[in-house]
Amino acid sequence: MSDLKVSRRRFLHASGGLLLGTLMFTTGPIALIAPSQSWALEMHTLSSTLGSQLLLMIRRIYPHDTMEDAVYAFAVKALDERAAKDPSVTPLLLKGFAQLDHKSAAGWMKLAEAEQVRRLVEIQDSDFFKLVKGAAVNALYSNELAYKHFGYEGASFPKGGYLMRGFDDLQWLPSPPAIASPAAFS
Amino acid sequence: MTTYSFDDDSVVVIIGSGAGGGTLANELCQKGIPVVLLEAGKRQSQATFINDEWPSFEQLSWSDTRTTSGTWQIAQDFPTLPAWICKTVGGTTTHWAGASLRFREHEFRARETYGEVKDANLLDWPLTLAELEPFYARAEDKMGVTRTNNIPGLPGNNNFKVMYNGATKLGYKECSTGHMAINSRARDGRAQCMQLGFCFQGCKMGAKWSTLYTEIPAAEATGKLELRVEAHVVRIEHDAKGRASAVVYANANGELQRQKARLVAVAGNAIETPRLLLNSASALFPHGLGNGAGMVGKHYMRHMTGSVFAEFKDPVHFYRGNIMAGIISDEAHFKPDRGFVGGYEMETISLGPSFMAAFFKPGAWGRDFASVMDKYTHLAGMWLVGEDMPRETNRITLSETKDRFGLPVANVHYDDHPNDIAMREHAYTQGAAIYDAVGALKTHRVPPYPSTHNMGTCRMSRKAADGVCNSYGQSHEVPNLFISDGSQFTTSAAENPTLTIVSLAIRQAEYIAQSLKANAA
Repeated sequence: MSDLKVSRRRFLHASGGLLLGTLMFTTGPIALIAPSQSWALEMHTLSSTLGSQLLLMIRRIYPHDTMEDAVYAFAVKALDERAAKDPSVTPLLLKGFAQLDHKSAAGWMKLAEAEQVRRLVEIQDSDFFKLVKGAAVNALYSNELAYKHFGYEGASFPKGGYLMRGFDDLQWLPSPPAIASPAAFS
Repeated sequence: MTTYSFDDDSVVVIIGSGAGGGTLANELCQKGIPVVLLEAGKRQSQATFINDEWPSFEQLSWSDTRTTSGTWQIAQDFPTLPAWICKTVGGTTTHWAGASLRFREHEFRARETYGEVKDANLLDWPLTLAELEPFYARAEDKMGVTRTNNIPGLPGNNNFKVMYNGATKLGYKECSTGHMAINSRARDGRAQCMQLGFCFQGCKMGAKWSTLYTEIPAAEATGKLELRVEAHVVRIEHDAKGRASAVVYANANGELQRQKARLVAVAGNAIETPRLLLNSASALFPHGLGNGAGMVGKHYMRHMTGSVFAEFKDPVHFYRGNIMAGIISDEAHFKPDRGFVGGYEMETISLGPSFMAAFFKPGAWGRDFASVMDKYTHLAGMWLVGEDMPRETNRITLSETKDRFGLPVANVHYDDHPNDIAMREHAYTQGAAIYDAVGALKTHRVPPYPSTHNMGTCRMSRKAADGVCNSYGQSHEVPNLFISDGSQFTTSAAENPTLTIVSLAIRQAEYIAQSLKANAA
């Protein structure tokens, strides 16, 4: 209970918004390690609206259909951290989404996926797009949830490496002869 | 711990603790010569290395700003990160993959073998394979190179299995797990490789040779070494006779210190080494220390590189085990009928998802890019590494941009030579054919990564007018100034450079010891 209180107070003090979601795949690789089906990202600087807009934009930039929003939230978090350090980030993001929205009555987020992507292609050389893509490419693919999603096993030293855990377990091709690839133990 | 006073002018000061500097320090200390080893980075250890790509990159890499120019793709993709090298005790031997290849005999005679190549400045080394062979042998023993000194080869991983089967189908004969400075058996107080798959991130087993936990502690044990970390050298000073006399560096607090020196050896990698000499210009050496011939910084080489990645129907899990798990050497020979001079090696490579995303196709986005990432566990990969042409126009110069000490940073200019482009095209084609032969669904040409093999910017030459140093790395102009890293390379050859850097350092140490005794340097 005390943890809850602390996080509630922190939430009230934070100037940023909140991103909330639930896992799409209740039996996927992420669900297996997640403590609960729902997740929340508390942002320090960005508003809830900006957070949702960014999450969708990053999904369109790096579209992995079976990847949970919870993984994309890491990229939003990276942009929130940048915004906290650099005051020019939030205005750039606001202006960028305003321009995306400007071209359609209902707003960019309401467009069909193909149309959303077409709009992004038009602005792919803008500072706004480069900022989002640049932050996202490093954050989205560099966290434990992404590693699980792609089937990458992450840090191996704590598990003793792969010598006894499948470094040469490929079965669909013949094994090279010992002269090219000697045994690990003589 | 041994300490020397700033005024002690009997010490050899070595700048940089990697393959060249770290080895030279130990070799000199073993001979009883006092050494102050200055390293710009911090000291890590097997315990502090990180099995995670970006956090490790931040821990080990040289991330101080550099600038770029030229037509090479790096200037587009990574304009402020031309090189992927390290700023830490052990230098880039913490990051290297371990490939330990001797140069071929003809690679010391590139000019003679290849003839005149237009718009290149080829030169033969002032050194032959026969002269270097005894030092190669000592380096291989020191480093524990597989398939030498009765050390078995490493076992091949899944990525190697794919390479080997494809290579065999194409008729290649020279494919194996190669010559690696990675322990296939426990040796020399270091563990057997457990196939962690994090060779690039600092080997947490210590199975891969690095000066960090071999040469440097061995030197410290002699009582002759003082290693100063977070000591960033800003200039080398000289006396009225034009002899190197002191090294000025900024310590961890940014305060300038001056260490007097009997002799100075520079091993800051082929970008920082020429930058330091250029930044050490004086009234006596107006164009930079030891730069009377105007050759400092010229002939920058970074190897012809590129990668081929392939998608397969069935899993590979190429990230498991050695990064450079195997090699094909059939294309490393001199066969000018292919339309280019020089040769190239094909070596397996793997990247984690973090580096795949950053380096697979820099800047790419959308469905095509994402679909390759989705195939992550079904990818195989190889790196292509070949001899590139030395050109006086490919060079390190002082940039308009300044570092935190107000000194110009290095600008790295590189234009691909037509020979480099022809070789890369050939290598991409052969790499894809290897994977196609074993049923690749799709192959991808991956552009060069920031340069890990940096060479040639203070090249050794017979004549003083053609280079910066002699065959021992001794400056043609300043007799007690030595170049001790890959900057010395006259040409780049097709081989990964570390073994040659270490061999040259062992040879240089003997020469320095004799010269000090005879008062000849």
